[in-house]
Amino acid sequence: MSQVLPAEGGLRRVIGDGESFPDGEVEGLGPDELLALYRNLVLLRTYDERSVVYHRQGRIGTYAIFWNHEAMQAGGVFALEERDWIFPAYRESAIGLLRGMPVSTVLSWWRGHPSGWWNPAEFNVASICVPIATQIPHAVGFAWGSALKGEDRVALTFFGDGATSEGSFHEGATFAGVMKAPVVLFCNNNHWAISTPLSAQTAAPTLADKAIGYGMPGIRVDGGDVLAVYQATREAVARARAGEGPTFIEAVTYRAAPHATADDPSIYIDLERVEVEKENECVGRFERYLLRAGVLTEARVEEIKQEALELMRTGIVEAEAEPPADPGLVFEHAYANPPPALADDLAELRRVLGE
Amino acid sequence: MSERFLVEAVNDALHVELERDPTVLVMGEDVGRLGGVFRATAGLRERFGADRCVDTPLAEAGILGTAVGLCMAGWRPVCEMQYDAFSYPALDQLINHVGRYRWRTRGKMSFPLVIRMPYGGGVRAPELHDDSPETYYVHTPGVKVAIPSTPADAKGLLAAAIRDPDPVVIFEPKLIYRTARGEVPEGEHVVPLGEARVAREGSDVTLVAYGAMVPLAERAAEALEDEASCEVLDLRSLKPLDEDSLLASVGKTGRAVVVQEAPRVCGFAAEVAAVLAEKAIFDLRGPVLRVTGYDVPYPYWQIEDAYMPSVERVRDAVRRLLSI
Ligand SMILES: Cc1ncc(C[n+]2csc(CCOP(=O)(O)OP(=O)(O)O)c2C)c(N)n1
Ligand SMILES: [Mg+2]
Repeated sequence: MSQVLPAEGGLRRVIGDGESFPDGEVEGLGPDELLALYRNLVLLRTYDERSVVYHRQGRIGTYAIFWNHEAMQAGGVFALEERDWIFPAYRESAIGLLRGMPVSTVLSWWRGHPSGWWNPAEFNVASICVPIATQIPHAVGFAWGSALKGEDRVALTFFGDGATSEGSFHEGATFAGVMKAPVVLFCNNNHWAISTPLSAQTAAPTLADKAIGYGMPGIRVDGGDVLAVYQATREAVARARAGEGPTFIEAVTYRAAPHATADDPSIYIDLERVEVEKENECVGRFERYLLRAGVLTEARVEEIKQEALELMRTGIVEAEAEPPADPGLVFEHAYANPPPALADDLAELRRVLGE
Repeated sequence: MSERFLVEAVNDALHVELERDPTVLVMGEDVGRLGGVFRATAGLRERFGADRCVDTPLAEAGILGTAVGLCMAGWRPVCEMQYDAFSYPALDQLINHVGRYRWRTRGKMSFPLVIRMPYGGGVRAPELHDDSPETYYVHTPGVKVAIPSTPADAKGLLAAAIRDPDPVVIFEPKLIYRTARGEVPEGEHVVPLGEARVAREGSDVTLVAYGAMVPLAERAAEALEDEASCEVLDLRSLKPLDEDSLLASVGKTGRAVVVQEAPRVCGFAAEVAAVLAEKAIFDLRGPVLRVTGYDVPYPYWQIEDAYMPSVERVRDAVRRLLSI
């Protein structure tokens, strides 16, 4: 068993700043992998930016923006195998895109259309959990249960800094430690829970410090550095596969966009800080790294962005082409064997609607 | 008097009550710096300081559990649950402690805390921003529940809740937060718990409703104008329930349709029907009908209108009842 370490002081970084901090490399990542990772980042970024536009155009409903969170999502998932499961919160609503989920499916979720509710087993991506931290015990149970069955499957769950205050986080992490579950607890520390700053969320010096209380290692990584995120997650996944149990990853970033489309952060956030963070946003950082390394050219960047835009264009058209949902769906899927009253309710509703 | 939206009336009540009583404090997620995701607590932190309008960590069981302790230390906490469905982590504290602690002290200690939360559907929101969980709360012994449908009542009931020695839960109909607008008395304004309000007089049938279902019932009554004279009874308090007003109205009309957006099974409409069955059976000229949400998870918002009680469904129930 690997040693339980207190949270490491500094943030792990791989990508240089083009000045004093030199670019590093991640062993095992060749040009093809680096490009694949970049594509994933661009796909997520494009999804997010287009979604904000679609929201403004009234084509999707309220939307939780994840701008500048792409490195954590893409880096974390890149360290997984297809058979491993992802347990997202709303902030990772589009994580399925990295598993081949159609763009239209995710858009449909935000359009409040039933076709947005996917089958988790098809993509190994669990349903979006809106109540904060509630997906954490699910991931732990899944990992624990898979290990019990002798199946080589790891679970990774995403949650925010605010989520670490919830009972579900505490109980999930406790189980993970005790059951030695092959799970990665991936915390996106973007410094804000809506308007509540990290300083009002916890008195712990770092979130990774919490890990030691659950008997698992806590790693702190620069959440805007996709390579550092990937490397840290790969280590955590390796520990999980080796039967060494869970790891807590604190990926540190900054929320540079509103919490969601309905939010006005100017009331509470330091807008100057936001501007600084925007300058250093994660997709551009990786892009410049790849350009410096000669893995990417400006022309290729354009191509990849155009491909992603095209996927979005098709996606929104497909989502909007979904036929309106039948009201009868209200009564479906809650039970395997519904109580008979539901059929009566539906018949009555159809009669009232004049159908 | 001044014209206010329902959510502004809530904000007004909090300002007045925090001013009146230095032991009242507001706590919850995003209530301070942001002033609440619906702006219900806007301005409180600036006016009364960060100790009396507290941005808490993201932990509902913690909010309600510490509120119990705050009561024991002499405070009157007003806890905001950010949304209906996000109050569920706090149910352990609610059921096991908030509702029992006075009893446990054999009445020696009071727990004058308030929980207020926006509730209900119809707002085109992502999953779990639409629940109507009043039944869980009403079903908890030791806990009172009120649900306003007008700005004036939103202010008055909240003030009554804050002043009440017992724990009171106020559900605020978010659907009409910024559409219900009306005259609200300035300064101190209290609407006692346990008093229903006749929102519209009628003689053929009583539409019993609360919260966002009151304006719906009023619209249904209007739509039925040529066929039936509908009385609309706004319960305002679910516990204590104003049985006198309920029995008086149904005694007059002889018919009742109860409207609630929560799922039907064991919902509050069932309680109303039971009271009528027990105490008004000989006044009734037909069965008590319910128009409610269904026994399913609140649906995807594109089809939420099929779940929510509608004017058409209420009208249909009234017609069925009158044809008996
Ligand atoms: C149990 C629960 N309480 C409250 C909310 C309302 N809410 C939605 S997002 C949010 C803040 C979450 O912050 P964090 O965990 O840091 O994640 P982030 O949004 O920053 O990714 C809150 C309080 C909720 N969804 N669930
Ligand atoms: Mg956060």
